Amino acid sequence: MTTNGVGGGGKLPRKRFYRARAHSNPLSDSHFPVPISPKEVDLSQHYPRYFPADKGSDGEEAAAPQQIRFADVGCGFGGLLVGLSPLFPDTLMIGMELRDKVTEYVKERILALRAANPGQYDNISVVRTNSMKYIPNYFRKAQLTKMFFLFPDPHFKEKNHRRRVISMQLLDEYAYVMEVGGIIYTITDVEELGEWMRSCLEKHPLFETVPEEEIKADPVFKLLSTATEESQKVARNGGQTFHAIFRRISLKEE
Amino acid sequence: MEDTAVEEPEVSGAAEFAPALVAAHPQGNSVAVAIGPELRAFDLSAGLPVSLSDDCGGRSHSDAIRAICFSVSGALFASAGDDKLVKVWKTDSWRCIQTITSEKRVSAVAISNDDLYVTFADKFGVVWLVTLREDSAEQVSVDNKPVSILGHYCSIITSMKFSPDGRFIATADRDFKIRVTLFPKNPLKGAHEIQSFCLGHTDFVSCITFTSISETQSFLVSGGGDSTVRLWDYVNGCLLDTFQVRDKMGELLGPNEADDSSLAIADICPSIDGSLVAVAIQSFSGVMLLACDLVGKKLSFLKVITMEKSYIPTSLASSLSSELLWTVMGASNMPNQASSHLLTRLRIIPCFQKDRLSSSDAGPATLEDGEVPHGEKLLLALQGSLDVTKQEEVLASVLAALKVSMHKMLVKKHYSEERREQRKRGRNDKKIKN
Repeated sequence: MTTNGVGGGGKLPRKRFYRARAHSNPLSDSHFPVPISPKEVDLSQHYPRYFPADKGSDGEEAAAPQQIRFADVGCGFGGLLVGLSPLFPDTLMIGMELRDKVTEYVKERILALRAANPGQYDNISVVRTNSMKYIPNYFRKAQLTKMFFLFPDPHFKEKNHRRRVISMQLLDEYAYVMEVGGIIYTITDVEELGEWMRSCLEKHPLFETVPEEEIKADPVFKLLSTATEESQKVARNGGQTFHAIFRRISLKEE
Repeated sequence: MEDTAVEEPEVSGAAEFAPALVAAHPQGNSVAVAIGPELRAFDLSAGLPVSLSDDCGGRSHSDAIRAICFSVSGALFASAGDDKLVKVWKTDSWRCIQTITSEKRVSAVAISNDDLYVTFADKFGVVWLVTLREDSAEQVSVDNKPVSILGHYCSIITSMKFSPDGRFIATADRDFKIRVTLFPKNPLKGAHEIQSFCLGHTDFVSCITFTSISETQSFLVSGGGDSTVRLWDYVNGCLLDTFQVRDKMGELLGPNEADDSSLAIADICPSIDGSLVAVAIQSFSGVMLLACDLVGKKLSFLKVITMEKSYIPTSLASSLSSELLWTVMGASNMPNQASSHLLTRLRIIPCFQKDRLSSSDAGPATLEDGEVPHGEKLLLALQGSLDVTKQEEVLASVLAALKVSMHKMLVKKHYSEERREQRKRGRNDKKIKN
């Protein structure tokens, strides 16, 4: 109990002190606090360098305050966030994870990274939440420019398909929080799930596929299959991955 | 009896209590009351009780009706509930023209403004749509299955309404959310474009309704388990004003009476001109009237119409043509209740209009039974009985039970830390291997 895996001076937390379940039930009632609306999301807690607490609320922030632009849904141990942070140093991004132990780990990991690399990793943070239920509580309409769904739970049984994080219904909500032109990234090592995610996105009128050459040129794409813990596991085992990358478009009325 | 039910959250069947509902024809031609599986209608223009003809081949309601509504034109009426049936009726003949079977229990129903589609929401938070066909007696066709058009992720949808201009469909759920979705020209492909979320309630949203000042400008009003009524600019998802019913009740009744848990908003109903909102509160014997200033975008307290102690309305309705506010109270599925005892009580508030209410303070607050349009004939048809004394005994106890059911269904369970640990240990997916 005394060692919790977090050294003081910016030492990275060790995963073995954060043993967690592999899954968490997305359908059950949540007992963690959820902001009532995006207005109540306290960014100063997540990004203290961007939102210094002592700034006073006299409305002297002349420049429009920064908003979170990237969301990594089901961020797991946070590998993608850590990879993205130096690539987009001025973009605020957040990881969303339902398992509290895992969220704790990511929190400590980010704090340790910030301590070890002053001036870096100030733009990433993590929140424990059920993004299948509460996405609109965190983000305003058209706020996000990128959303990531990397190696989500496959939920093979048909009975459990409604637990999948990509579905026609949930895509409505993702489309709502994404700006037109924003990009949704999905990747999995489960072929069946890959097909499912692709077909949902293809059927959805608010998304269109991103051409393959554009994907190849996207620096983010490489991270999908290298940055996260899950992708490294897949790579170690020589597994195949299936991605579906789509762009948010505006609806054309016929 | 009530106490044991509150302490023991696992009481089975508590969710089966269903409140009585009332709906009024927009042109004032008729009024309908639903109680348990029973649908009662009264033709106000002819002054006669309506006999429903349900011979189009589908089943009749066999379990509690949870939602009823007239279409905007008044030509159609829909009823749906726990028996997983959605029935659409023509209001001129009160013939059932379509019976749709849902996979899950139905919690809300609405008819599109053009009378072309009926939408219903099931217990999983999915909204389904069916095309209405006038002459489909023969061709109950295969291609007319319900299609899902949108969904709230595993959250019970408590209320569903079309905006007055027909452009939007609004859905409210137990997860504090109101979603406003564009209703497309071809809704069979789904309603995927969300216009806004109206977020602000801090507990379940129990009812929503649109109210308008002009053809072009309308607003959304909502009531919830947090004992507030809220006014929304639903196009932009902006909260314009919040009225704290609990605070007002505390002022009126004294803080002891205004017990926290029992002041959830049960129903709301706007007046024709949009200047008033009537509010039914879960354990308040009467109706609270709020002035709704749609220009200044404010909700303010106007007055309270108190009724006899044992009368707590469960549902409210008004029509475009008359100034009557219909209120009904009742509940079904008491454990030992025979269906012949499905009693309801109807009370009518005349002059449901702001100027008339404030000017004639001395006028009658509610109509006596003798003053009700068509008198006893109407009451007999809609209440099921005229014996008020016996009825109110039944109803008072029914409502106590109803309180439990509303909270069981819509409020998230809060367990103490120990209880949660205990429940975790009892999970059957983590059996101890010996």
